[in-house]
Amino acid sequence: MSLASLDSATLFGLTGAALAGIGLFIVIAHAGLLRRIVGFNILGAGIFLVFGAAARRGAAAGFSGDPVPQAMVITGIVVAFSATALAVALLQRLFDLTGRESLDAPAAGDKQQAEP
Amino acid sequence: MTLLLDLALIAGLLALAVHVARASDDQSAIIGFIAFGLLLGVGWTRLAAIDVAMTEAAIGGGVTGMLLLRAEARLRERSSQARSAGRITKAAAAIGCTVVAAGLALAVLSFPSPAPTLAPAAAAALDATGLGNPVTAVLLAYRALDTLLEKVVLLLALLGVWSLAPDQFWGGAPELRRADAPQPFIYLARILPPFGVLIAVYMCWVGADAPGGTFQAGTVLAAMWLLVMLAGLRPAPETRRTTLRLLLVGGPVLFFTVGFLGFAVADGFLSYPEGAAKPIIVGIEAALTASIALTLGLLVAGPSGRAPVP
Repeated sequence: MSLASLDSATLFGLTGAALAGIGLFIVIAHAGLLRRIVGFNILGAGIFLVFGAAARRGAAAGFSGDPVPQAMVITGIVVAFSATALAVALLQRLFDLTGRESLDAPAAGDKQQAEP
Repeated sequence: MTLLLDLALIAGLLALAVHVARASDDQSAIIGFIAFGLLLGVGWTRLAAIDVAMTEAAIGGGVTGMLLLRAEARLRERSSQARSAGRITKAAAAIGCTVVAAGLALAVLSFPSPAPTLAPAAAAALDATGLGNPVTAVLLAYRALDTLLEKVVLLLALLGVWSLAPDQFWGGAPELRRADAPQPFIYLARILPPFGVLIAVYMCWVGADAPGGTFQAGTVLAAMWLLVMLAGLRPAPETRRTTLRLLLVGGPVLFFTVGFLGFAVADGFLSYPEGAAKPIIVGIEAALTASIALTLGLLVAGPSGRAPVP
């Protein structure tokens, strides 16, 4: 298939697939939890984009896209944000209690901070 | 020409995602992520999804970026850099993720043709509601149950965030204000909110017939409120205040009430009486916008950081 025959929907769908892969890699490869939260958001953005490509292809009845997946992506973005906020709050609590920002076992030299 | 624009957008998106993966410090990665969110908003307009584009730019880029930057600033004095995964783990992860991406890409390339679509069903529902924006019709009439449950998820997330406050701070106000807020920022926080509120009201109102709606308007309102609190012009509210809690649950409770009234005046849960759908939907949207703005603002503000003032 030549590049010129690709439409926007397919192009962005493929981008979404690549973004989901990159996001997943960040979640696995980085030990820092804050970076993992960012990776989780990129993973989600990629999946939404694949869904958006499906919505664009479903153009019918005078609409330029299928409104049902579009509405579900809006719902998804808001839910992903609330999950991110909860994850960030958990991370801050972990940091306040232990002084660490990863789930690795503390190295022998690290001193544990007591609860304030 | 449009192909060129698409390719430039896609190159930018992929480059920023790779930057987030490779950046050595978190702050640079988060700034890359904010740029990514805004660029993705432009990408959504290329998919003819203006409502999603507005939500992505406001929430994906704006509010999430702010949340992450604040967290990064608080974690800055961390004891030691977290160890990164080993070389072999990284290589295995890279292979696994490539397989996942390739699988998704294959799914995209083998989408059925003609594409399945619910657009005709949504168009039929549009006539019954009197709305002009199909996405709003799906969110508040055709699939209103999803939207209702999403509001409950937002409240549960806020409850989760609040419950992470230390015991002695329970019911107190979140620590938002920066001691060293620069003068130009305070000036901006005085000038911008009137325009922001105007834009939010317009977005909420126009959402019935054109791109816009409760989420977008709520996010703009939340941003204005956060601006005022960050500049220290108004203190963050104490989480134990009854009025605050009533306002938070107000939108969803109204939505539930209208839903159950559907049994009495229409054909069941969350169905609207013939002819009166549009005013009811606009009313629900207004109440939801206020409670979304409060919930989003408080989610960013985080758990309470000081003891309640008796």
